[in-house]
Amino acid sequence: MSLFWLILIVLAIAVTGYVLGRARALSSAGGERSALHSLPSYYGANVAMKSAVPAFLLLICWLLAQPFFINSTISDMIPDSAIAEGSSRGLVLAEVRRTARGLDNAVASGAIEDDFASNARADFNDVTARLKEAGQIVTSDITQPVLRAAQQYRVLVASGNFYMSIAVLLVAIAGALWALRETNKDFRARNTVEQGIKAILIGAASIAILTTIGIVLSLVFNTAEFFRLYPASDFFFGLTWSPSFSGRGGSSELGIIPLLWGTFYISVVALAVAVPIGLFAAVYLSEYASPKVRAVAKPLLEVLAGIPTIVYGLFALLTVGPMLVSVFGDNGLGIMKAGTAVMTAGLVMGIMLIPFVSSLSDDIINAVPQAMRDGSYGLGATKSETVKQVILPAALPGIVGAILLAASRAIGETMIVVLGAGAAARLSLNPFEAMTTVTAKIVSQLTGDADFASPVALVAFALGMTLFVVTLGLNIVALYIVRKYREQYD
Amino acid sequence: MNEMPNIEQATAMTESKISADKVQVYYGDNHAIKDVDIEIQPRSVTAFIGPSGCGKSTFLRTINRMNDTIEFCRVEGSIRIDGEDIYDPKVDPVQLRAKVGMVFQKPNPFPKSIYDNIAYGPRIHGLARNKSELDDIVSSSLQKAGLWDEVKDRLDEPGTGMSGGQQQRLCIARAIAVSPEVILMDEPCSALDPIATAKVEELIDELRENYTIVIVTHSMQQAARVSQRTAFFHLGVLVEEGPTDNIFTNPKDKRTQDYITGRFG
Amino acid sequence: MTDSTLTPEANDTSAKAPAPSRSLYALDDLTKKRNAAEKRFQAYGIAAILIGLLFLVVLAYSIISKGIPAFTRTVVQVEFTITQEQFDAAEKELFKTKAYERFFIGALQGQFEESGLNVPFDAKAIERIVGKTGGTIREYFRANPDKLGEPVAFELAASSRVDGYMNGRVTRETMTDSRFLQASDLDIVDALVETEVIKTVFNWNFITGADSGVDNPGGAGIGASVIGSFFMMLVVLFLSLPIGVAASIYLEEFAPQNRFTDLIEVNISNLAAVPSIVFGILGLAVFIQFMHLPQSAPLVGGLVLTLMTLPTIIISTRASLKAVPPSIRDAALGVGASKMQATFHHVLPLAMPGILTGTIIGLAQALGETAPLLLIGMVGFVARGYPDGFIAGFTEPNSAMPAQIYTWAARADFAFYEKAWGGIIVLLVFLLSMNILAIILRRRFERRW
Repeated sequence: MSLFWLILIVLAIAVTGYVLGRARALSSAGGERSALHSLPSYYGANVAMKSAVPAFLLLICWLLAQPFFINSTISDMIPDSAIAEGSSRGLVLAEVRRTARGLDNAVASGAIEDDFASNARADFNDVTARLKEAGQIVTSDITQPVLRAAQQYRVLVASGNFYMSIAVLLVAIAGALWALRETNKDFRARNTVEQGIKAILIGAASIAILTTIGIVLSLVFNTAEFFRLYPASDFFFGLTWSPSFSGRGGSSELGIIPLLWGTFYISVVALAVAVPIGLFAAVYLSEYASPKVRAVAKPLLEVLAGIPTIVYGLFALLTVGPMLVSVFGDNGLGIMKAGTAVMTAGLVMGIMLIPFVSSLSDDIINAVPQAMRDGSYGLGATKSETVKQVILPAALPGIVGAILLAASRAIGETMIVVLGAGAAARLSLNPFEAMTTVTAKIVSQLTGDADFASPVALVAFALGMTLFVVTLGLNIVALYIVRKYREQYD
Repeated sequence: MNEMPNIEQATAMTESKISADKVQVYYGDNHAIKDVDIEIQPRSVTAFIGPSGCGKSTFLRTINRMNDTIEFCRVEGSIRIDGEDIYDPKVDPVQLRAKVGMVFQKPNPFPKSIYDNIAYGPRIHGLARNKSELDDIVSSSLQKAGLWDEVKDRLDEPGTGMSGGQQQRLCIARAIAVSPEVILMDEPCSALDPIATAKVEELIDELRENYTIVIVTHSMQQAARVSQRTAFFHLGVLVEEGPTDNIFTNPKDKRTQDYITGRFG
Repeated sequence: MTDSTLTPEANDTSAKAPAPSRSLYALDDLTKKRNAAEKRFQAYGIAAILIGLLFLVVLAYSIISKGIPAFTRTVVQVEFTITQEQFDAAEKELFKTKAYERFFIGALQGQFEESGLNVPFDAKAIERIVGKTGGTIREYFRANPDKLGEPVAFELAASSRVDGYMNGRVTRETMTDSRFLQASDLDIVDALVETEVIKTVFNWNFITGADSGVDNPGGAGIGASVIGSFFMMLVVLFLSLPIGVAASIYLEEFAPQNRFTDLIEVNISNLAAVPSIVFGILGLAVFIQFMHLPQSAPLVGGLVLTLMTLPTIIISTRASLKAVPPSIRDAALGVGASKMQATFHHVLPLAMPGILTGTIIGLAQALGETAPLLLIGMVGFVARGYPDGFIAGFTEPNSAMPAQIYTWAARADFAFYEKAWGGIIVLLVFLLSMNILAIILRRRFERRW
């Protein structure tokens, strides 16, 4: 029974339960609606809720837990001798799963018979040949233990799914029956249903916490694994970044310093573009511009914020890069070798951040009370004097918060640097040279061909961890400053 | 305070400091001030009274062109200070406001130190050539505002940390520091408690000796206490203007009488 | 303390009065200077806004000017007849396709003579312009033998260099002779354009097609990844809207003031600012490594984007719930509704337009997101075809528009850049429509209390 059908049947049980529960409540009150504690639909909803919710919870838990049991069983079937040099148990298990899926697909498409697929005595060469013939991707030739494990895997999955279906259906029916039994005219169905809904609401709100936990756990475990394979001190203090994908990354040098430098340098360039332009734009829009100009210019600037970063990436790579080269390149000043450089990425990222800085600053400047402006104008100050000497100092904490938020954006930005900054990790002061960042390297390490168990891939998690900690720190500080600032004028 | 009306009557004949002629103010389509003519005497306190929304604050703000900062606000007619039309295109509102200072309803010290609050005006207008001159201006302004003894030891502390009454006197000191000739006060005591109000009223009375003061107030008692002349505004019209005593004891207009006897307001 | 030492007489004579006032009509030097500073400052502000708008214009110009060619393709259109006898003869030759190529070239020659043009060309040049044509023609007649003997119009795709020449990517100045294209070929192309044998037509394949191989930029289309994006957005919509609304209702209407609520709030505001790539790492580690969900599947992409969009949707939904005045809640509670009923029957329907607007904007954000998709394997070259069936749309490997654009941008062949820009136009059309929909919703149903 496929998952789809299982879900459909549980839903059908819930709907039936709804109808029955409603009818039972009405009949217990002798058809007299007003004799019921709650509206009839609440009795139905109570039954539906009690049959569907536990059943789906069980389903989700089972789906999460089953792979563990199956994996550990399968893992025991594979002798150490079957794990090739330079490979790992994880890779072999992935191979097993791939083979099992290949067999499934081949059976489904009718290329081989089910008997043949589960035949324990089948020759693995034969199976490999048949699978390839059936168009199932087989990366390397299947070995005998892998084939056995794959067959066992299929058996376990099939029986696991069977028992899961039984259990889920039983829970659904039991829930429905229990709820039907308690249904009578005095049962407080509305209160029960509302409690249930509230629990669902709390569950939904808790997803934010689960997400954070998920992020932290996935970073921590993989980072710990990385530090087991690669010394943490070399990672944090290493001055060279040169991953070697060959030989399981044994000779890689994975120092984060050049990446942090690239990240920092590009962010500084970006902020140097975005902060003055954004701030002046915000001041002009909030203090000088007529309502008409404001109504046109503000949304137009904000369009810049709505453009996906991939567009900016392409803009950096194909428009800004070549443009800068034509000025600073060999035909111009001769200090820029290629289009991808710190300057390119920083400039484009700065453009992206302009509306971010300007709309945050605009809000903050508008939060400065009108009385401050009146006080200053009343003393005969010009607008610019008022802005420079009264409004900006008053808004300073808020603006600092906005800039920190923009900095955290810049540090976490990926596509612009992947396309615009280049790939070479370098410690250099020349902004016209290519450098690379933490985010760009996360992408390149995890989209390459390296296997997940090797340090060259795992390093991405350590990079991610660093990125997460840095941006989180910046955000917390920035949000704190902004909140304090708002409280001051509330 | 008792002899004041006499002094007032004696100076009534001197040339007026501010003279308004057929002033109209529009907010968009709303005709907020209609045909206001008034002469304001130098070195005296003139009070504008009237029910809320009568236009007294609006008219006050036309005297130093604070209404310029409001979009859709239009002023017609002429207002002359020392015979010069302040709405003449040659006049820079910035220069005008240095001559005509303003104190607002709610104390609005800048989020700076007490010293910097006072020094702000002199700095932007270039009134001090060096630090010691600036120090002198700050201390003398604070003295004139009667605040010196309270704050002389904490000039570095933020002005926002003072009590409401102190903040308002700080704002008055801030206005004085630019050495204006006219000080406009828009309900300066409405946000203050009675004790702080008494101190500010006392200060206004002292300042009268050197400055022409126009004060908008919603309190008739306050007008009676501090002003020599009173103008009564109603629905954007100047109903009656004259020596304070006359207005309160012997109003000519029925509306004024109704207002001061509390029939509306 | 100058004033307090003054004698009463001094006061009376006003000795300490301000110096005789300057005329207001005369601007002093300092005021002039200050006004100049004021003008300068204002100019900086205008300059800042103009620079921002300039960037926007340059960006828009780049996208449009470089992306439009992706929607056109260059074809060579020739009409000719092959009789049964010619066909039989050609089939007997050793190099059969060469024979068919001769028909083609002959027809081309005929077209030239008809127009009175005289441009020399040889088979090699034609091969450089339209590739090897013989195979296509032979296939056609073998498949449709009934067409023998009647005129058939062939529309053959021009090579990517000729395509580039037609839309300005390749010019006579920038090109160098190579085995792909020679300067003399351009004369032929010019002549063919004049005789309307070479034409530019709309490239439907770009809209409907799938990604092509690295060596075939002309055949690349964005259709498959549009479908991938579509299935992802379905996942995001059907997860993030109910979860986001449920979470917001809890936080806005029911949550008590306690540590747990604070924890949730802090989590939401921080998640909103976590870099998107970190969500990609989460998806890779949790959904693929831990839960063994299929790699490159729109389902996983949708899950990751849901987690990423949730904070945005929760924040905007809470704002819309907050905008419903408490009097509505009081009125419902006053007639005996439970708090849950008041919320679901009265508050939620009133907040719905705002919630939908926020959701659409959140979806638009998710639609343009690239980095997390790369980590879960939704890269462009996976999008080789349409999924077969609705369920397969969620689970079969596919790409998404922004990831497809990235893949094209990262390829070495310059011809793919044009596709990347074209892809951006398609992506922006979707984003623009979503934003316009949001604006219409807001205008139409916005309620001021």
